[in-house]
Parts: sequence; C-alpha cells; structure tokens
Amino acid sequence: MDYFLVTFFLVQYIRKTLQTKDQLPYWHKRIEYAQYLSVALLCTYYVADTPDWFGWVWHPFMILILFTAYKNDEFYSIRGIVQSVIPFVGVTVLESIVKLIAPSFYDKYESYFGAVAFFAFALCFIIWFYAQKQQKILLKEREDRIREEKESKAQKESLEYLVAERTYELTLQKEELQKTIEELKSTQNQLIQSEKMASLGELTAGIAHEIQNPLNFVNNFSEVSVELCEELVEEIEKSQLPDSEKSYIREIIGDLSQNQQKITHHGKRADSIVKGMLQHSRASSGELELVDVNALADEYMRLAYHGLRAKNKEFNSALVTDFDPSIGQVKVLPQDLGRVFLNLFTNAFYAVAEKKRKLAETDSGLDYKPEVKISTKKFADKLYIRVSDNGTGMPEHVKAKIFQPFFTTKPTGEGTGLGLSMSYEIVTNGHGGTLDVETIPGEKTEFRITLPMKD
Amino acid sequence: MKILVVDDEEDVQSLFQQKFRKEIRSNIFEFSFAFSGEEALDYLANHPSEVVMILSDINMPGMSGIELLKTIRVAHPSAPPQVMMITAYGDSKKHDEAMLLGADDFLTKPVNFVALKEKLLQLI
Repeated sequence: MDYFLVTFFLVQYIRKTLQTKDQLPYWHKRIEYAQYLSVALLCTYYVADTPDWFGWVWHPFMILILFTAYKNDEFYSIRGIVQSVIPFVGVTVLESIVKLIAPSFYDKYESYFGAVAFFAFALCFIIWFYAQKQQKILLKEREDRIREEKESKAQKESLEYLVAERTYELTLQKEELQKTIEELKSTQNQLIQSEKMASLGELTAGIAHEIQNPLNFVNNFSEVSVELCEELVEEIEKSQLPDSEKSYIREIIGDLSQNQQKITHHGKRADSIVKGMLQHSRASSGELELVDVNALADEYMRLAYHGLRAKNKEFNSALVTDFDPSIGQVKVLPQDLGRVFLNLFTNAFYAVAEKKRKLAETDSGLDYKPEVKISTKKFADKLYIRVSDNGTGMPEHVKAKIFQPFFTTKPTGEGTGLGLSMSYEIVTNGHGGTLDVETIPGEKTEFRITLPMKD
Repeated sequence: MKILVVDDEEDVQSLFQQKFRKEIRSNIFEFSFAFSGEEALDYLANHPSEVVMILSDINMPGMSGIELLKTIRVAHPSAPPQVMMITAYGDSKKHDEAMLLGADDFLTKPVNFVALKEKLLQLI
C-alpha cells in the first residue's frame, strides 16, 4: 500500500509541477503508463491476497522511475523531490533483502524495520508538503510579478500615449514654423527683388543722365553738319568749277549729308531710349491728385487700342470693362498712373495681336476672339486693378524678367524694355502699391495692381 | 546783340558758332563763351554793360548756374542782362528754383536751336 502511495503521488507530483501534458508530451505518455501500471500493480497485489514477495515487483518499478527521473535533464528542477523518495526506496529494498537472506534476523527486528520504513515514508510526505508550500509561495510571487508587469505595461501605454500626443503637437508646431520660414523666405525674396528693381532703376536713371550730354552733342553736331553740307553745296554752285567736277563734288557732299542724317536718326533713337530711362527718376515726383481711376483706365485703354489700330488696320479686339462704381475719387499721380495703364494696355493688345498672327499662320485662328479686360474693385481700403488679356502669355523665364529695365520680347526698335520696369517703379515707389503678374503660356496674362487708398 | 554762353562743355562753343554761323557773319549776334560760373563773372566784370543775354547751363562743377544767376541778380541790379537757364531734361525742381531767382527763360537739353534762334531774334 505505501509503495503505491509513494509512486502514485511522486508521478502525480511530477505531472503537475512540470505540466508534462503541455511541456513534455513525450514524457507525459510514459508518466500516464506509469500511473496506470501502479494502479494495476495495487489491484494485482490485493487480488493475489497480499503476498509478501510482491515487494520484489514494486522494487524494480520504483527504481526504474527514480532512475529515469534522475537521469533525464527534463526532470532536473524536481530532483529534490525525487531525492526525498530515495531513503524510502532504500529502506524497503533493504528490508526485503534482509527478509530474504536472514529471516530470523528480520523477524527479531521486524518492528524496527517497520518503524524506519514508516519514517522514510513519512519523510517523503513531509518533504512534499514543504515543497508544495514553497511552490505556492513561488506561485504567489509569480502572480504578483505578473500583476506588476501588467501595471507597468498600463503605465507604459499611458506614457506612450502622452509621447504620441506631444509628438503630434511638436509636429504641428514644426509645420507651422516651416510655413513661417517659407513665408519669411518669400518675403525676403520679394524684398531682394524690389531692392534690385529700385537700384536698377536708380542705375538706369544715372546712366541716362550721363549719356544724355554726349548724346546731345552727337545729335547737335550731326544736325549742324547737314546744314553745313547744304551751305557747301550753295557755295560750290557759285564757284567757277567745270560742271563735271561740280556734280562729282555734289555727289560726295550728298553722301556726307546722308551719313550725317543717319547719325541724327540713330542719335534720336538713342535719345528716345534715354528719355524713357529718365522717366524712371521722374516716376515718383509730382503731386497726388484726386482722380476717377475708372475714367483714367478707360481713357488709356482706348488710347492704346487706337494707337495700335493706327499701325495695324486689321487688328481688332474686344474691350471689356468691369468697373466698381463705388471707388469714387482716389489720390494718385494721374500722369504716372496713366503711363502705367498705357504700358499695360499696349502690352495686352500686343499680346492678343501676336497670338492672332501666330494662329493665322497655322490657319487655326478663325475662332480666336482677342479680348482685353480691365476690372477695378475696392475692398478693405485697397484698390485692386486687373488688366488681363487672352493673348500669348509668358513662359516662366520671361515672367521672371519682365520688370527689369531693358528686358523686352519685342523685335528691335519696337520696344525699349522700359515700360514695365517703369510701371513697377510708379506703382511701388510712387504709390506704395504692388504690381505683380499671373500668366499661363499660350493662354492669358493678368497684371494686378494693388493700391492703398489714402484718405 | 552780345550773348554770353556759360557751359562747362567746351564743344558748346563750336556748336553755337556753327549753328549761328549766318547770324554771326551778318553781325546779328555776337557770342562769347565762358566754361564756368567763375569765368562768366570775370568776363562780366571785364566787359561791363556789354552783355545783353546770358545763356547758362545749371549743372557745372564749381559755381553752378543757379549760383551764377543769384550773383548776377545781386551784382547787376540796374541794366540787368537777360538770363536764360539750360537744364537737363525733366528737372522741374531746378526749373522752379531758377524761375524764382529771376531767370527770364528756361531751356531744356537737348537745346532746340530753331526755337532758340526765334526767341533770340524776337529780343532784338
């Protein structure tokens, strides 16, 4: 009976502690067999009417279990328990041997053997009991640890949430800062651009002043030389020279006179450029006057249109006006602003005329309707003026340079490249406004003037 | 009529002499030239009451045309010569200043000689 209890509980203990069902499936089967076998042995023991020799069946079985448990590394963690069984097995085996070899000795000390065997048996269970207790403490500790882990995990999650929130805030801030930096950069570029324009304007006016005097001499001397040639011809006629020589001299003087006229002609051309340049420095002079800007714009639109019509009879374009009647009178420099309008409209009409000419070359210009539009709008103490056309538009590299003095896309002699740079000067320096441009190549261009409305 | 032309550009002399060749030859005009404001004052001091008309540039190194005009108006209060000022194109500030100081007329560069000739002939 005690054999069975020891084996059964030992095997059960192994099974439970090591959780063999999940952890060691290979050993689980064998452990189950061992349990069945121990039950079978117990039954056999009682069926056979408890024979004394049956101990010899238990001994190998128990030693086998101990040996197996001791030899295999899988059972290393419960070696203490296994060891606790050794005294019991040792005592019972010794008891059986003594009983077999020296029955008389055994009979004499049977009660001692029984007592030792009982102590060994009891020892097993005492050790098991303590092991069990230890196990429970360990289990509790493990549970505590798991709970702590859970708590720290929750803490970690809340921290992570906080971090994510902060990260989001920081990202927003970063984006905002980036936006600000970009705005600052574009403002800086605008400043650089307007500084550039201003210094270019000054330079232009300075150069013009310097060139003007020598140019005046060129023009004056060439003009007076023409007069001298005429006088020379008159003097030759009075002389006694033979006619053939006279006509030869006349021919030479004719060429000379023609050359002087050419010098005058080109000198005048240069002079008109210089005058254009000088208008830069004049742009911000003059008095602010109360002016009906709508009427001013309308007047210059018609002026520019008829100016182009006079040169090109075939040209026509729709003139669209969209005036805000609530503007009333605005304080501006009327002559200067008129010059701006004239430039913008001349360019607009030129752009639509160019587009029409180009489309006519490819025979696809039949349904093209040239249109130049002016619109004004008063809003929040500012006057917005738009001059738009559905002409040729501009590619980016042209757009970048249009406000620079002497930049022109027109053929030589048709434009000085000063119109827009002067308009820019007048709008920004003269009126404290802004002038910019929006364009789609091949489709349209829109110039936008924004003027502050002073009371 | 004796005319003093004041300009720091020396080529002005030959230009005037050629432009007014006929008038000079027929003794309608008599031109003298000074190449600075100071020189002009010297000339006026040496030839008192001869010069009827002074044509002066404004932008000159040293004494400017405006200063010359001021000095003349102070130094010759009686029998004052006519003074015509010449300035660069579009300098309205100098124009107003010169007119205020008692300039008789005003020309802009480049000088229109045809118009100038007419003006001078009218003064005779």
